[in-house]
Order: sequence, then structure tokens, then C-alpha cells
Amino acid sequence: MATRYEMEMIDSAARAHQAFEEELHGEKLIVNMGPSHPSTHGVFRMVLELDGEEITNCWPEIGFLHRGDEKIAENMTYTQFIPYTDRLDYLAPLANNVAYAYAVEKLCGIDVPVRCKYIRVICAELARISSHLLGIGAMSMDIGAMTVFLYTFKQRELIYDLCETICGARLTTSYTRIGGLANDMPESFIPMCRKFIADLPATIDETDKLLTRNKIFIERNKDIAVLSREDAINYGATGPILRGSGVEHDLRKANPYGGYENFQFDIPTGTVGDCMDRYLVRMEEMRQSIRIIQQALDSMPGGEWNAPEAKIVLPEKQAVLTKMEELIHHFINVTQGINAPVGEVYFGAENPKGELGFYIVSKGGGTPHRLKIRAPSFVNLQLVPLLCKGHMMSDTVAILGSLDFVMGECDR
Amino acid sequence: MQVQRPKLTFWERTYIPQILKGMWITIRHLPMKKFTRMYPEEKPKLLGDYRGAPTLVKDPEGRVKCVSCQLCEFVCPPKAIRITPGFRADQAFDSNVEKEPKEFEIDMLRCIYCGYCEEVCPEEAIFLKNDFAITGYKREELRFNKQKLLELGGVQPDSIWKWKYKGAPPPGTPIGPVRDGKPVEKKAAGH
Ligand code: SF4
Ligand code: SF4
Repeated sequence: MATRYEMEMIDSAARAHQAFEEELHGEKLIVNMGPSHPSTHGVFRMVLELDGEEITNCWPEIGFLHRGDEKIAENMTYTQFIPYTDRLDYLAPLANNVAYAYAVEKLCGIDVPVRCKYIRVICAELARISSHLLGIGAMSMDIGAMTVFLYTFKQRELIYDLCETICGARLTTSYTRIGGLANDMPESFIPMCRKFIADLPATIDETDKLLTRNKIFIERNKDIAVLSREDAINYGATGPILRGSGVEHDLRKANPYGGYENFQFDIPTGTVGDCMDRYLVRMEEMRQSIRIIQQALDSMPGGEWNAPEAKIVLPEKQAVLTKMEELIHHFINVTQGINAPVGEVYFGAENPKGELGFYIVSKGGGTPHRLKIRAPSFVNLQLVPLLCKGHMMSDTVAILGSLDFVMGECDR
Repeated sequence: MQVQRPKLTFWERTYIPQILKGMWITIRHLPMKKFTRMYPEEKPKLLGDYRGAPTLVKDPEGRVKCVSCQLCEFVCPPKAIRITPGFRADQAFDSNVEKEPKEFEIDMLRCIYCGYCEEVCPEEAIFLKNDFAITGYKREELRFNKQKLLELGGVQPDSIWKWKYKGAPPPGTPIGPVRDGKPVEKKAAGH
């Protein structure tokens, strides 16, 4: 005769979730994964209902990292909010800076010089590589391939060095300004960046050799969490997840912004939509990003890097120190902020994790009336219950790894 | 462009070549130059204009350059700066400058090292130095006051002498902002 064990669950939060369900299955086990589980990439909690090893239901829980960034934005000038965008997707802060700057520039209806656009493209693509290196490294580490993580992190360190050279900070870059950049790209950046993109393919190839044809890696990823084309669109997935499901949608091509129309690159798409496809898409995207950076460095135009908008961009420091008019102007620009027109704009940028959108409602003046951040991780995380159901408990780490979310952006 | 899904050969399905390949890659990494650093003993070399702790500077004649216009206090996104404005006690240097801060506090626990204060200061009085490891045992220790900030900042060579010469620099002075004693080039050109 089989013995039956009664399990007492102590966690009341988990019990509450169970009580919401109409059917209470005595045999099912509720497991809390997170908020401090190493594979949840931050503070993300999943309540899993297990039937043996199989996941029968899943409730993701977010909000542990909520800072109220959108509310904070209403109480400061547009420029002052830039440091807060660093902290959205903190694996690719430069890309967030770029997206935010374009959103506010769209609101003001100004265009930035070509040099500024090219520098921003380089920044955004470096951020994409940085984010994907972490995504792939962390995903493979979660499913047991520790070595890849070490090699990809070495390259990320070099990207941080590049960030440090270009803007003086490794993580909290705050590099863009409304209508331009904090400073021009320093001369020493170009040879460093060239060296980096020359060395990076070796690491990507190594990762490729270690993982792509590795039987264990394939078995852990193939046909896991298959996301159909329709579901991907219906759930509003963006970024590598959407492309992994075979939808060729990339805002850099679909709705070119910031000079992306001048560059040659391909959009990788998957066929099946499983974890393997998402991994392959990310690998290919890094190679494409290298191509874009190469082109941008080769054709980097000279000239101004700030828009000629005296009412938006701060005057040159030398003039502020010596001329009265410029000094007054400087004070007005800083204290009143840009005088944004009344209106509403939405700007979406293709960030490493998907479409990062800023919806700004302006009632005029230097502060936004309302600023909504469409965070790709937040939208992509909706897929967790759909993808986890029917899989093994141990597959969740592969699924979470392949979704590659970041909670700083999701909870914002 | 569609990504190629790998199709394994029989030989690859045995996992033996993958083990050998993995071993080969890791062994090749063994003789490579060490990439990590023994941090507290071995300090990193900072690149570019690193944005570390904000500090106040004096000009070569010993005047506190800040005129407590409070623009940095206004712009600081996390509101880390507190300024109590005051009149200059000593007007001997020249009477063009009327104000200087009575107290100037930066809470290093609030500061996010964004560099906005340096960017907006119309007097080049506040600079972000290379100090990145700011630690203390108590919260009060990390609320740096004027004296401490001036100690950290030291003396900044002045190229303009805004107040002394009222616009016309003394002949032979290099034009352009200076940082840590060297002219900063990237901010001098362009708009
Ligand atoms: S660096 Fe930024 S946060 Fe720190 S004191 Fe200056 S403005 Fe404030
Ligand atoms: S440091 Fe500069 S910006 Fe701040 S109060 Fe002094 S003069 Fe003004």
C-alpha cells in the first residue's frame, strides 16, 4: 500500500494563492521560486503549482523593485530624469538614455545632428551586445554551463570600459541630453571600440562552439516553452522573443529612427519559437550589432554633436563663464527646463530586451505632466504562465533565461 | 534572415566531440593573461573623465570659487546638495565677489554621481573627482560639509579669472576649462 504524506505549508502568501483557485488539489505542491532565487535575475517571484515535477500552474509576482519612476518624472525637468533612465534596464543603460532622449526630442520636434545620431547608434548597439552577452551567459550558467558566463563577462567588462571612456561612468551613464549628448565622443574611444569589435567575434564563436552544438544544451532548450507566432503577437512580446517566434519585426527597420536607415544589417528570426530559437536570435543579433558599429565608426561624421537649439541645449561653458547673455540663458535653461509644447507623444525604441517606449503627456513647460514607460520586460513577463505550464520545474530556469528580463525595468 | 537550428550528426550526438571541444577551448584560456584584478590592493586605472565624488575647489589665490548661486542644488536630481548662502567674510581679494556659501553639504549617500552639478555650475566651482570608493561607518560621516569638500577638491588652476579681471584673462593664460591641472579638450570645442 502506498504511503501518503500530508504536507503543511507555512508560507501564508502561497496558501492565499492556492485558496483563490476553486479546485484544491491535495496532492499538488506549491513552490515559491524567488524573489531571491539566483535564476530569477533580480527580485522576481514565481509561485509554482507542481504535480510531481510538472508545472500545472504558475503565478508570477512582480513589484519588489518598484521605485515609482513614472511619478518621479512628473516632479523634475526632462533633463533631470535622464539619470533615472539609467536605472530602468540597468544592463543596457546607454540604450535607455538614447530612447528617452529621442522621445523628448520627438515631443519638442527637434532633430539632432548626424554625428550625435551616429554616436547614439554606437552606444545603443554596445548596450545591446552587453545585454545579450549577459542574457546568454546567465542563461547558460543557470542550465549548467558555467564557463560561458565567465567568457561573456570578460567582454562585458570591456564594454564597461568603453562606457567609462565615453561618459565617465561604467553603469550609471546618463550620457544623452535633450538635443544632444553630455559631451562629444573622446578621440581615444574610436581605437578602443575598434579593438573591442575586432576581438568580440572570437568570444561569440567560442560561445557558439561551447553551446550551439552541445547536446546537453540543445536538450535543455529545444522545444521548451514554444511560443507560437500568434501568441507572441497577442501578448505584445517584443525584441528577441518576438523574433524568435518568427515575426520579422524590429523597430530599427520597421520604423527607422536615429539614423538606423543608413546602416546595413539583417533581422534574425527563429522558426519554432522555443528557447533555442531565442538563444540563436540573440547570438545573431550580437553579430549584426558588430556590423552596425563597424559601419558607424567607419562613416562617423564630424561637426556638431548638439542640436542648434539655444532654448534646449545648454550654452557652451566657456561662453557661460565670460558672457552675460549666455549666463542668463544657462540659468533659464537649467531652472525652467526646456519649454516643451503641449501635446502627447509616444516613442518606441528597439532596446535589447524589446520595445522600450516613452509616452509623454505634456501640458507645456519643463516637466512632463505624465510619463509612461512601456518596459519590454514587463510585457514579456506576461508570457511566463503561458510558457511554464506543462514543463518540468527544472525548465523554468531555461525559460526565464530565454525571456531575459530585468526587474529594474519591469518594476520601474 | 532565419537563424540556422543545429542538426547534430550521429558522432555529435554521442557528446564525445563536444567534451573534447569544450576542453580545448578552456585549456586555450589557461595561458591567457589574467583578466581579473585583486581589487583593494590593485586599484583600477580610471579611463576618461571619471565621475567620482563631487568636491568644491579653490582658485590659486585661495578663494572658494563657489558663489552660492544654488544652481547645483536646484539641478541635483536626488537632492543631495544643501547650501546655506552667505556673504563673504573676507572681501580683501577683491570686492567683485559678494557671496560664498556659509555651509555646503553633499550627502554622498544620496549623490548618484551624475555630474549635473559640474555641468551646470557657472563658476567652475564644483568638480567630480576620481574618488570612487567612498565609505564610512556612520551616515553622518558621509554627509560631507564645506570644509571636507574643499579639502577633497583642492586648488583648481583658473584660466579665466572671471572676477579678478572681469572678463579679460591675463596674457598668456591657456583658454579653456581645466580639470586636474590639465586642459579639458573635449568640452572646449564645438557647441
Ligand atoms: S553628482 Fe549629481 S547627484 Fe551628485 S551632487 Fe552632483 S548633481 Fe547631485
Ligand atoms: S557650486 Fe557652482 S552651481 Fe553650486 S552654488 Fe556654487 S557656484 Fe553655484
